[in-house]
Amino acid sequence: MTGSAKISLWSVVRHILLIAGAIVILLPFVWMISTASKPPSEVFSSELRLIPRDFALWENLRTAFAKANLWRFLLNGVIVTISIFVLQVLVALPAAYALAKLRFIGRNALFALVLFGILIPPQATAIPVFLLLHKLGILDSYAALVLPFTISVFGIFLMRQFFRNVPDDLVDAARIDGISEFGIVWRVMLPAAIPAVTAFGIFSVVAHWNDYFWPLIVLNSEHLRTPPLAVAHFRNAEAGTDYGALMAAAMVVVAPLLVAFLFAQRRFVEGIALTGIK
Amino acid sequence: MARIELTGIRKSFDATEVLKGIDLTIENGEFLSLVGPSGCGKSTLLRVIAGLEPQSAGQVTIDGSIVDGIRPSARNLAMVFQSYALYPHLSAFDNMAVPLRMRRLSTVERLPLLGSLLPSRRRRERSIRADIEKVAVQLEISHLLQRKPAQLSGGQRQRVAVGRAMVRQPEAFLFDEPLSNLDAKLRVHMRAELAELHRSLRSTFIYVTHDQAEAMTMSSRLAVMISGELVQVGRPAEIYDNPRDIRVAEFVGSPKINVMPGRIRDDGRIEVLGNILRLTSSQPPGNCRIGVRSERIELGSGPFSGDVIHVENMGAEAFVHLSLNGTDMRLIARVNDVRRLPDIGSHVPFNFAADAVLAFNSAGQRIAVTAEQAERIRERAVV
Repeated sequence: MTGSAKISLWSVVRHILLIAGAIVILLPFVWMISTASKPPSEVFSSELRLIPRDFALWENLRTAFAKANLWRFLLNGVIVTISIFVLQVLVALPAAYALAKLRFIGRNALFALVLFGILIPPQATAIPVFLLLHKLGILDSYAALVLPFTISVFGIFLMRQFFRNVPDDLVDAARIDGISEFGIVWRVMLPAAIPAVTAFGIFSVVAHWNDYFWPLIVLNSEHLRTPPLAVAHFRNAEAGTDYGALMAAAMVVVAPLLVAFLFAQRRFVEGIALTGIK
Repeated sequence: MARIELTGIRKSFDATEVLKGIDLTIENGEFLSLVGPSGCGKSTLLRVIAGLEPQSAGQVTIDGSIVDGIRPSARNLAMVFQSYALYPHLSAFDNMAVPLRMRRLSTVERLPLLGSLLPSRRRRERSIRADIEKVAVQLEISHLLQRKPAQLSGGQRQRVAVGRAMVRQPEAFLFDEPLSNLDAKLRVHMRAELAELHRSLRSTFIYVTHDQAEAMTMSSRLAVMISGELVQVGRPAEIYDNPRDIRVAEFVGSPKINVMPGRIRDDGRIEVLGNILRLTSSQPPGNCRIGVRSERIELGSGPFSGDVIHVENMGAEAFVHLSLNGTDMRLIARVNDVRRLPDIGSHVPFNFAADAVLAFNSAGQRIAVTAEQAERIRERAVV
């Protein structure tokens, strides 16, 4: 009896802790939606209200879309994140295949370098890369947003770990069937690694969709701005920030990621389940 | 259909030499098994033949032409793997189509969307389909062609893997322990099927296995490999009756051959466990080892004796395990009449005929022995 009472007490504590954690993480989102739904008068009111008295979400959204070309910024975000992800996969998969399945001198040293690369924060290389892009004359362009991220050491590492679990026999069978080494990467390894590519895709898209730092450095033109810059656009020190519209814009910016994640999450879980059964 | 010649094949991984100079010729249409304990290098040798692993030295010749440095696919050999190595994302049909598509379609025709619009691709796809369906009928897998490997049982996957090898009509088939992942019953069944397939295809089969029973029952010739060396090559019966090395004698045959310590006396006669056999050897006096197969040990009478410690009754036959007088040496005797089995714990005398004796010197090599008097049967082919 005492045993089961202890267990249920522990489970209560556990749930309280988990709920507290969930609230801490969800609160900013809730606050965002709440503020986005408030008219300006309520945003600055001193009392703390979660549900606005006057529901002003549509007005705020309308202001947001009117003040800035949000569609254009969302499109920029899609172009940049998709380009980065596609190029990262194009580079990471062959590299990971070589590191996982081919025998060559210096393989371990190369892999050590990849691991070392993971340790370098992107801010550390920001200035040299900026200067390089300046010399190339491609600052303030899509290329400046995409090129620095095409080689993802994290992607190479993740795919290499996954490829190591693909049986060698499968690679040998492909060689005997006459598939070239690059063919093996795309026809044999990629289909086997879809769950890992999806996982990597989630990391990559989230990181670059939300990236504020790099676009802020390399961009000047307004028409190239990515979604996080678009949100920042609503900050205005002189006229006072329109928080309702800003939060509405933030909601618009976050929405595609949420939808994409919910969609990818299903595939992700499917993928994990598939590899588990095998 | 091909004759495959291996000359002086050596292979080292870093400092360890896995293959130590293999010379072997596999005749056209032959079913040759490479057998040996695990780690003896037999799979590596197969991979060298397939071109998956470059040899450190030596030459592989297929039908008279040297294939060293030629890509695996260009050697036109098919390989069946222990894990079947089917592409998990492709149906059985597409798995079998891969080697044909790679060979018959151009790069443009293989493109995912564009390729399927080309009329030439459609024509070739029809011929590929016809070839696959023909093989599927032969292997009785026509109803499985649309399934993915995950939806197939082990035996079915195995057939698809064999089918993938067959459709390309290779010069030779290479099998790398293809039955090891199947359960015992299915393994015995597939053994017969593969042997039948070999007879109907009349193609060259090279079959790697660590299971001596598989090798004995299926192949026309056996090549026994032990720690990177070919120790003996010959017909299964020849290897069983006339092993050239004690390691071969111990590896081939189940249960394992009984080995007893012996001695060649100064007068050339052989002494085992205190008894002098009616056998002489021309070898210099010294220690030797005596091997006797379990079916040649006769229980009931004789100068030797032991305690029964275990009896395995298989129904049609039985194996009686004997412990020799106070030593930790054990013998296994096969008894054909299971109605007359000794009790466990009883003391039984036994004997064996002089011609049942396989004698080996202290280095493990077979030595010639001559039977005395009436039982004057000369041992054949001896090292």
